[in-house]
Amino acid sequence: MSAECIHMRERGVDWRYRKQRSSRGDAGCSWSCCRGDNQGVPTDRAGRMSFKNMREYLAWLYYQYLLITGIYVLEPWEKSIFNSVLFSAIAMVVYTSYVFVPIHVHLALEFFSEIIDGQPESAMALMN
Amino acid sequence: MVQNSSTTLLSRPIPLLLIEKNVPQTDVSSRQFSHDTFEQPPMYVAVMTYLGYGIVTLFGYLRDFLRAVGLEKCHVAQEREEQKDFTPLYQDFENFYTRNLYMRVRDNWNRPICSLPGPIFDLIERVSDDYNWTFRFTGKTIHNVINMGSYNYLGFAENNEDFLKTVADKLRQYGAGVCSTRQEIGNLKIHEELEQLVADFIGVESSMIFGMGFATNSMNIPALVGKGCLIVSDELNHTSLILGARLSGATIRVFKHNNMHSLEKLLREAVCSGQPRTHRPWKKILIMVEGIYSMEGSVVRLPEIIALKKKYKAYLYLDEAHSIGAVGPSGRGVTELFNVNPADVDVMMGTFTKSFGAAGGYIAGRKELVEYLRSHSHSAVYASAMSPAITEQVMRAMKCIMGKDGTTEGIRRIRQLAENTRYFRAKLKDMGFIIYGDDDSPVVPVLLYMPGKVVAFAREMLKRKIGVVVVGFPATPITEARARFCLSASHTREILDEVLQQMNEVGDLLCLKFSRRKRSAFPDACKGGQLM
Repeated sequence: MSAECIHMRERGVDWRYRKQRSSRGDAGCSWSCCRGDNQGVPTDRAGRMSFKNMREYLAWLYYQYLLITGIYVLEPWEKSIFNSVLFSAIAMVVYTSYVFVPIHVHLALEFFSEIIDGQPESAMALMN
Repeated sequence: MVQNSSTTLLSRPIPLLLIEKNVPQTDVSSRQFSHDTFEQPPMYVAVMTYLGYGIVTLFGYLRDFLRAVGLEKCHVAQEREEQKDFTPLYQDFENFYTRNLYMRVRDNWNRPICSLPGPIFDLIERVSDDYNWTFRFTGKTIHNVINMGSYNYLGFAENNEDFLKTVADKLRQYGAGVCSTRQEIGNLKIHEELEQLVADFIGVESSMIFGMGFATNSMNIPALVGKGCLIVSDELNHTSLILGARLSGATIRVFKHNNMHSLEKLLREAVCSGQPRTHRPWKKILIMVEGIYSMEGSVVRLPEIIALKKKYKAYLYLDEAHSIGAVGPSGRGVTELFNVNPADVDVMMGTFTKSFGAAGGYIAGRKELVEYLRSHSHSAVYASAMSPAITEQVMRAMKCIMGKDGTTEGIRRIRQLAENTRYFRAKLKDMGFIIYGDDDSPVVPVLLYMPGKVVAFAREMLKRKIGVVVVGFPATPITEARARFCLSASHTREILDEVLQQMNEVGDLLCLKFSRRKRSAFPDACKGGQLM
């Protein structure tokens, strides 16, 4: 950003703070919107977040997960314990649903089709 | 007083709603009602907040277990081996929250400052090697951090030589300490001048000053009320008021925050049934409210309280710690904001810490009240008198606000503060944050809710060189953790724009924009502050 940004122009106005302002450096404006860099997530000119690739987006999602569950304040080994417990619980849920949900759905469909059709089905035919 | 009217009140029915809602405005600049907003967040926010606290509590139990078993070193105080059979000295469980949540994140509080707390200040950098149990200084200073947490409403925390000339003169003349109490030999002429000036400023008969703002409340309320009296206090009153009320020994009843129906119901019930067991009439009923509540930023409904007070013959104690000098067209506080006669408020209390850049407090009112307090208040009799340099700082600040120093600096600052307040609040609301409080109050609480986000917010803002104050559980309700911004007349428009820009980024990064109000398109905060 050139030296004509509004921050540079207004710098000389308030003489009371010249002591602090001069230590910011005379070379250029040091406010972040004019410096062009950001600490943290990259933002565009309007201030909205822009992710360059999937990895950054996933990292931000993981950060949100840390903040929402409150894990953010814990020490790393506590984070690992919580993550492994949660991951194993989710893995067990996924495995159980993978093994049992198709059978349950199949049985339920058979039950309702028996009611609609009115024909008694033998139990052996169902199991096959 | 209350004894005479209790029997007549019982004999005739009184309509419950006393206040008329459509009273025409008498003056353009005064208001009849305060407009507080307390927006509720979506339901999932409350669920996640409880979830976060629950998980950290579980881990707290785990760590306590490890410490008890001995697998982990215990950093808190413990009794000696020989005293293990005695009554426990350190109550372990009550400090559960401190030990297991506050200690993990306490690098966000008590940050050491090494410069003047003006609009921009310097911090000492400190790091911790053992997760915030101990800190060490790296030796570096973080320069030019924007200060959004100091109570510097009119910008009198300054080290300009010209403005502080009189203070330096008084320091040279009187020295720094007074070495006595007001009652003994510490009553300087400068104290009496300041008391007269404070009385003129507020518009009452006389006033008395004290060396410490907290002690003004906690030591003077016991002198005003005692056993057999009733204190009716707002549920969100400051600790100093609560402590003073408890010390006095009076009965305390609490009404819902700024809720006039709740207050009227309490007063009626108190007047009708009297003291708890004997049903004798109360000796005194004292209503305690604050001008601006510092955690919510809400303003008291003064005209309605005064109407209620006159009807039920109660006394009013108004604590203007944050509102004196900061609200009102000429900085006289909430009485000026609502165009109320200051003589209607029985006890007006305030502090010099916030808007005047000094330390101490005052109590003002009628001459008989102040003369009584001079001999009966603990703070007046036993506490050390105010230092002369601080007294002169208050005097010069007050003269500046009143315009008595011959410049328009005071009015300029008050107007700048009002403009900063309006601008900052409007912009934050536009961005989508949930903000509590009245549109005129320079205290802006931004709600963050979740414990992880509170901590992350404070750290992110410091990374971006903005110092904020975040407040969590014991000081606020458990689901309403917040960051509290205190605006100042010395914040320039570009400082506010920088803060707003960073708030916008941090709000997107941490997903803090919970507001469900309709808002305008996002304004570019960097372009010199054009209000959309």
